Amino acid sequence: MPDLLLELFCEEIPARMQAGAAESLRKLVTDALVERGLVYEGAKAFVTPRRLALAVHGLPAQQPDTHEERKGPRVGAPQGAIDGFLKAAGLTSIDQASIESDPKKGEFYVARLHKHGRPTPDVVAEIVPAVIRAFPWPKSMRWGKGSTSPNALRWVRPLQSILCTFGPETEEPEVVAFEVDGLRSGDTTRGHRFLSDGTIRVRRLEDWMAKLEAAFVVVDRERRKDIILNDAKDLALAQGLELVEDAGLLDEISGLVEWPVVLMGSFDPAFLDVPDEVVRATIRANQKCFVLKDPATGRLANRFILVSNLAASDGGAAIIAGNERVIRARLSDAKFFWETDKKTNASVSLEDRLAKFGNVTFHEKLGSQLERIRRIAALAKTLAPLAGADPELAEQAALYAKSDLRTEVVGEFPEVQGLMGRYYADLEKLDPAIGLAAEEHYKPQGPTDRVPTAPVSVAVALADKLDTLTGFWAIDEKPTGSKDPYALRRAALGVVRIILENGLTVKLGDFAEPDLLSFFADRLKVHLREAGARHDLVDAVFALPGQDDLLLVVKRVEALGRFLATEDGKNLLAGTKRAANILRIEEKKDGVAYAGGVDVVLLHEPEERALADSIAALGPQIEQALVREDFEAAMALIAQLRAPVDAFFEKVTVNAEDPALRVNRLRLLADIRAATRSIADFERIEG
Amino acid sequence: MGRAPQDDGAQDAAHLPWCHAGIATLIPALPRPRLRRLFQPTAGLSMIDPALPPHMRPDKSFQGLILALHAFWADKGCVVLQPYDMEVGAGTFHPATTLRALGPLPWKAAYVQPSRRPKDGRYGKNPNRLQHYYQYQVILKPSPADLQDLYLASLSAIGIDLKLHDVRFVEDDWESPTLGAWGLGWECWCDGMEVSQFTYFQQVAGFECAPVAGELTYGLERLAMYVQGVENVYDLNFNGREGDEKVTYGDVFLQAEEEYSRHNFEHADTDMLFEQFRMAESAAAKYLEAGWEDGSKSRHLMAQPAYDQCIKASHVFNLLDARGVISVTERQSYILRVRELAKACGAAWLATAAGGTPAV
Repeated sequence: MPDLLLELFCEEIPARMQAGAAESLRKLVTDALVERGLVYEGAKAFVTPRRLALAVHGLPAQQPDTHEERKGPRVGAPQGAIDGFLKAAGLTSIDQASIESDPKKGEFYVARLHKHGRPTPDVVAEIVPAVIRAFPWPKSMRWGKGSTSPNALRWVRPLQSILCTFGPETEEPEVVAFEVDGLRSGDTTRGHRFLSDGTIRVRRLEDWMAKLEAAFVVVDRERRKDIILNDAKDLALAQGLELVEDAGLLDEISGLVEWPVVLMGSFDPAFLDVPDEVVRATIRANQKCFVLKDPATGRLANRFILVSNLAASDGGAAIIAGNERVIRARLSDAKFFWETDKKTNASVSLEDRLAKFGNVTFHEKLGSQLERIRRIAALAKTLAPLAGADPELAEQAALYAKSDLRTEVVGEFPEVQGLMGRYYADLEKLDPAIGLAAEEHYKPQGPTDRVPTAPVSVAVALADKLDTLTGFWAIDEKPTGSKDPYALRRAALGVVRIILENGLTVKLGDFAEPDLLSFFADRLKVHLREAGARHDLVDAVFALPGQDDLLLVVKRVEALGRFLATEDGKNLLAGTKRAANILRIEEKKDGVAYAGGVDVVLLHEPEERALADSIAALGPQIEQALVREDFEAAMALIAQLRAPVDAFFEKVTVNAEDPALRVNRLRLLADIRAATRSIADFERIEG
Repeated sequence: MGRAPQDDGAQDAAHLPWCHAGIATLIPALPRPRLRRLFQPTAGLSMIDPALPPHMRPDKSFQGLILALHAFWADKGCVVLQPYDMEVGAGTFHPATTLRALGPLPWKAAYVQPSRRPKDGRYGKNPNRLQHYYQYQVILKPSPADLQDLYLASLSAIGIDLKLHDVRFVEDDWESPTLGAWGLGWECWCDGMEVSQFTYFQQVAGFECAPVAGELTYGLERLAMYVQGVENVYDLNFNGREGDEKVTYGDVFLQAEEEYSRHNFEHADTDMLFEQFRMAESAAAKYLEAGWEDGSKSRHLMAQPAYDQCIKASHVFNLLDARGVISVTERQSYILRVRELAKACGAAWLATAAGGTPAV
């Protein structure tokens, strides 16, 4: 079966877009092939900084033939109908249609259309230009002379050549001929920008890979990553050091080179006075290099790993020297920032440092950073007792926590915010809880990030997030769909996780309006679902009034889950649902809502008397258990209703002929509903 | 703070799954590249003119570097212009770029532009930062198909051996909020150092570029430090001479850096500057209005004088910003005011002969 090879060769594609582009190319082309009846055996996309390629293996040489029958008008129908049929079926004369008969309709025309499948290259020549024109780049551009046309081709950077071949393994493949904006497809490509010369003629995938490899291009992104990682580790090991791995950086670097050459450089150990995280941020952000750790001390070593795109004629000496110069300059800046911050913190009081935040707008409608910091501090003080923290200390920590935002180091490297606060607090010899809170109060940053546990950190982290959430809720800037520019979902999940993982009793209703409360409920649901809990149980509990204590909600959900796993639980759920269904129908019919008022005199059957007695006896006990927050006990009590409920439904007819009896029994059903509702809204539970 | 949430899962899309197992047979097992294999250079790829005396060489003299770039781009058909005679923040502000990038007419120019960034002053104490420095600017409209190759050849011409140095094109989308301009391109790295910016202009002064122009901006001091092997900008050899005849960058500019840093951060007269901003803004509006030939507003006769006032306003804003007298919220509104001027000047330029509206 023939194979297809497509390569789009262009000027350097941004690293961050490469993986997505490869996947889009694969999906768009293969989907279009399948849609046109061309089913394939396998497909793989490749991407380097200068090329986006796709190999599709095992395609048929042509589309399958198709047969279609099209029914037409009856014989003798008006000419207009016949003409319309001929036109629709693509026939020139009615003689080309056959006549069939049907006992009901009589004789009518049928057109039998046989369409020969088109050769695959013709189909590809149609698909690829369309894919190129509509390619989903996050950002694309026009270029050159052609850019004056309103229909000018847009690509991520100028597209320079297109290679497209098709053919079976055993034969010379053919060029799939097409043109996009003046670019004609062909069978040539180019190798490494500096390490190879001229054009390369390519037949098919194996050939393409091998020739490009010989021309210093590793086309497979994963392989480039492996090479970089392994060589970096080897180089580190040879120096007795350990590579500080960084998956994001590795991804990026693999998109910056076609021929990775891993080299090691060094810098003056005096720069290691600067905190490791700052050294790392400097080297990573500006130079896209890896740092190395000394396994003996756990601290950074004065070495770095750089990945060049060139096997240089001097073995890389000039490249290393150049990178070392730049890193030296960058680290000098970082060291200067660090020293400046130390001096400033030593000479300017926190109060004066904070005053500068008065000129910084947090959000147009939410005032300055200073106002925000003061709000967080006040809230942290209020929340402190709930977290077991000293209120004064929590307030102080909250005031300190954001102070690093105006430091030089954080101005340069926003990713070390918080962490620098801890370094500076330690230098100022503040209570260690303050430094820790500065570092930890942004946490958790996502579903897998660590949750702070130190009481002061917990109070500040909660206050920070609650202030953000209530603020944006107040100005109606809530997340919508996929838009969440202020990361409010993450903040709310943070609140949920901090409360649950620290076992805090916080009545969120004291801080959040009802709409925000339901946002927390949603986050809790997502969180519990990911932990394996049933979202319907969470809904069933949240349906009860006053559920703003997340810890209790979770305890209740857990107890409910265990109860519903028992025979009693399942049966009581079924019975309660049955009661609720009957009530729903009858209440609609009667136009009333039944609640309470069972007349004991009218309880004729022993089963209904037993049920009424059970409810009356259990009600207060369940209530007491709930007040004690002893959900297990409450579940055990409600379980006792199962037998009387089952017996009731088995023996007693609710819709009795005597209207008084019927109403009384409906009231009894309402009592079942009410009793279970003290535990959860059973109607929202599935099953 | 208002940083967008990180979608931690996004990078994982990088994993390209096999669509079907079948293709695995298609991928030949290749040996790992031989990393130590050295490439044999076919010829020395540094193309410095061997006839040059040592003091004229681009790797020995700052002015030699400028002259080499002039010779290179003159040879490629550019008009070699002189700097614009006003204070600007970057070579892009020169009308030869901002205005000439607009409209349908072809244009090729190269020039040095002294650029002022008042905030970057460091009183002459920082080896890498200056409040006044030189940009070498090349603008080619429409962008030629071999622009990257031309750029690389220009690096060879100033002594960067492309078989020895790691030159890379790293994504950098350029945007100038004050000029209402943006483009896509790269920062060009040489051994990890950014030495140039490379941009395909998509929009200038709020107008689509048709055709698109290619812009190259070389940071001359950085490049010179690199090719001269100097750590401190003030140590650059300016005239390529040695001994008593040698003039360094510091000899020429250190005192100026000290003086202007004092001026920019401490003494610049802010009342005067606020007034100058208002004056430039209102003069620009006046010239723009007066420049229309008639009520149909189809031909403009004074686009360039109006644009001068826009340049003026932009520089005055930069000075005020350096003095720290513009708050964060005001900052945005000043930028918008300059952008409005730039847009109106762009519209006026498009109604001139050089902007593509021939005289009737």
